[in-house]
Amino acid sequence: MADASAKQVLFEPIFSNNPIALQILGICSALAVTTSMNVTIVMCLSVIAVTAFSNLAVSLVRTQIPNSIRIIVQMTIIASLVIVVDQVLKAYAYEISKQLSVFVGLIITNCIVMGRAEGFAMKNGPWLSFLDGIGNGLGYSVMLLFVAFFRELLGAGSLFGVALMPTVNAGGWYVPNGLLLLPPSAFFIIGLAIWGLRAWKPEQVEEPDYKMSRHTAKEAF
Amino acid sequence: MEHYISLAVKAIFVENMALAFFLGMCTFLAISKKIEAAVGLGIAVVVVLTLTVPVNNLIYNNILREGALGWAGLPNIDLSFLGLLTYIGVIAAIVQIMEMVLDKYIPALYSALGVFLPLITVNCAIMGASLFMVQRDYTFGESVVYGFGAGVGWALAIVALAGIREKLKYSDVPEGLRGLGITFITVGLMSLGFMSFSGISL
Repeated sequence: MADASAKQVLFEPIFSNNPIALQILGICSALAVTTSMNVTIVMCLSVIAVTAFSNLAVSLVRTQIPNSIRIIVQMTIIASLVIVVDQVLKAYAYEISKQLSVFVGLIITNCIVMGRAEGFAMKNGPWLSFLDGIGNGLGYSVMLLFVAFFRELLGAGSLFGVALMPTVNAGGWYVPNGLLLLPPSAFFIIGLAIWGLRAWKPEQVEEPDYKMSRHTAKEAF
Repeated sequence: MEHYISLAVKAIFVENMALAFFLGMCTFLAISKKIEAAVGLGIAVVVVLTLTVPVNNLIYNNILREGALGWAGLPNIDLSFLGLLTYIGVIAAIVQIMEMVLDKYIPALYSALGVFLPLITVNCAIMGASLFMVQRDYTFGESVVYGFGAGVGWALAIVALAGIREKLKYSDVPEGLRGLGITFITVGLMSLGFMSFSGISL
């Protein structure tokens, strides 16, 4: 990856190496904030900012950090950035920061941030690391926005809080699907999204643990 | 007493860390292929949660909270913005100390939990429980019960998922869903099952 071009570093995580669908990183804080598009976008921007700047900072000090305490150093950098994001949200978007509640704080333990700092920024220069942070943040955002799109559209009949399909309660025709506002739906949508992604890019399909033996038509006749 | 039992039931079933709040998902999906591993990790999470939530509770109430430094003669100081940094530091320190204590005094348990202990620092369930504790303003006693309950709930969920996945590996899953995809859908169904607890209040 050392001689990877900037473009590759930036765009690869979006579909080919998506942090959620393939690397299994950062699912933790992701799903709970996807009930409406507004909240999701704020969350995505926060994660992109934290990943990009933590990658940049870790990469800048990577030659100075003693190997044995690198995890603590990375944690401190990430936690400080998250505190900045948290305070900014509280100051300028108080309503949304209320809805995000503990999930802004949970960006600290979001495995994407830590995973990219450890896996990429420790080995690469500041500029590439910064792009890698943005790329992975975008990959995370694409998945989150996809989930939020369906959950808000089908669950509440609106997008960004604007009613597209007037619901029955408001005198319209659409009966909202309440399940989509509940936690299980997020799992289903991500599972199906992974299915779709892998049908499109078959090289991501996992090997089965056990192969079914082919059916032999002789028995039971 | 009744209050504590109700809080524990709520933390274990109704507000299950993994299935209702999606916390600790990364390890939840990664370590749930075998039951033994899931049990080991589950126990480790219960222990760490029962320790970290009360400790963070003490630190928050006596040092960080607005006006909490009154005993030191500094009643106007609000350090709550340092919360995030402090909690993660406490969690990392407790995990480290636990590792050393177990290594010294209970080597059998240490070798059983060994691999999972460091993983726990980055488990969002631990951090999440501390943040919920602060947000909901639990007292010290409540925080002990909540930490324990949240841990048990998480352990229950991961062991159940591991059981399902052990059976599931013999099934013929469509190609694109194999592995991660079907796991997500399984967790979704489990989460749907746990939703049925949501009406319970003691």
